[in-house]
Amino acid sequence: MKDLQLTFHLNGREVSVQIPPHLQLVDLIRDVLNLKGTKIGCREGECGVCTVLVNGVPVNSCIFPAMKAAGQSVTTIEGVSAGDGPLDPIQQAFIEEGAIQCGFCTPAMALTAKALLDENPDPDESQIRQSLSGVLCRCTGYSKIVRAVQKASLSRRSSG
Amino acid sequence: MECAFKDLHWGKEIAIRHYLQPRTAQETLDLLSEFDGRAAILAGGTDVIPLMRRGDLQAEALVDISRLPGMNSIEVDGDWVCLGGLVTQKQVCSSPVIRQKAALLAEAAAVMGSPQIRNVATVAGNLVSGQPAADAALSLLALNAGVTILSRSGTREVLLTDFFLGTGQTRLDFRREILTRIRFPALQKDQGGCYLRLSPRKALALPILAVAVVVTAQPEKRTIQEAAVALGPVAPVPFRALKAEAGLRGAPLSKESLEQAAQDAMDESHPRSSLLRGSEEYRKEMVKVLVRRGLSRALARAGLPLMEEA
Repeated sequence: MKDLQLTFHLNGREVSVQIPPHLQLVDLIRDVLNLKGTKIGCREGECGVCTVLVNGVPVNSCIFPAMKAAGQSVTTIEGVSAGDGPLDPIQQAFIEEGAIQCGFCTPAMALTAKALLDENPDPDESQIRQSLSGVLCRCTGYSKIVRAVQKASLSRRSSG
Repeated sequence: MECAFKDLHWGKEIAIRHYLQPRTAQETLDLLSEFDGRAAILAGGTDVIPLMRRGDLQAEALVDISRLPGMNSIEVDGDWVCLGGLVTQKQVCSSPVIRQKAALLAEAAAVMGSPQIRNVATVAGNLVSGQPAADAALSLLALNAGVTILSRSGTREVLLTDFFLGTGQTRLDFRREILTRIRFPALQKDQGGCYLRLSPRKALALPILAVAVVVTAQPEKRTIQEAAVALGPVAPVPFRALKAEAGLRGAPLSKESLEQAAQDAMDESHPRSSLLRGSEEYRKEMVKVLVRRGLSRALARAGLPLMEEA
């Protein structure tokens, strides 16, 4: 087994690493690049808490071989807003609506919401529920999460 | 780091030595041949990776075909619809062409897995995995789809009705062959189809039961010319309820015809009791309900509605 060379964009910056062939994207992000915002739940694509965006599209990073990211653009929760700058309207809305309970699904929910609003700035409630359906909230706090996405949609449109 | 779940799939590493990303079909076939059965193809990976992590699939190398050119579009060729081998579930459920020419396929792709899964999972992979609960496989089976398989000895066409051999087993050897294309006749004006599914939740759930139906109507005679009824997961493979189909050929449009077909389909199903999917008795009853409802909706779409919704 020999390590493979992988070059891709992570949160807007080019990253080049040597990785073993079996590595999944979530393990690359958490254990090699040390970004712990992306969580691991079921490790088999059932819960969605490992969601990251690849070229703006949500994928389950626990079943996404890291080598698939070659040449692609990956966004994790760390890339949604700059460290010291203002929060993204989605993050802000999650706080204001109390859409965070234990916080474990929050990165995945926020990224999924971002992908939705980037594609459809004014979704109706069923479109929001549909787009969040791939992430399980173990606290079952779905109503507040849906409200937060509605609020984020409104604030993004009024500021844009 | 010490893993707390060593004995579960969670703690297992995916035991491969090589991850290969060929750029052409020829290169893929050469690699597969070089590994002589010790490599497996991966496209989206949403089935392969969990299988490998659970230890249910072993391979020395994974050959990632997701970047092969010319296999990711949906095309219409006369009366035929062609899906490239890398077309994703997401592409299918959001395609206006599929919604118009094979709505039942869009309906099946729209409920498979989760949005995250649909974004990467391919329709071809859904077939190659050979699972009786594969949503898209059921709709394609009812649509009389065929697949093109590429191997070192050339290409061959296989009808889906001949494709599934057993759970996880098909006529395609994913260690040596590539599914390059799926092809089926577009539904015509006098045809209608529908996909119905019963599941414990509305999202992110495997089906308890699913049925895909295509009917050809003869509105002027108020008869059913032909019907295709595909069922899953009520047997080791997705299958066509041939007895129900035979009974519907030339049958008058009536509640009784549908009732009889539903009964026949139930007799042809062999669901098992399962903690995940419910008891055998319940599921058999539900086959009847879904087939009747599916036929009724498909007929309405074919321009031959029953007076009352079954």
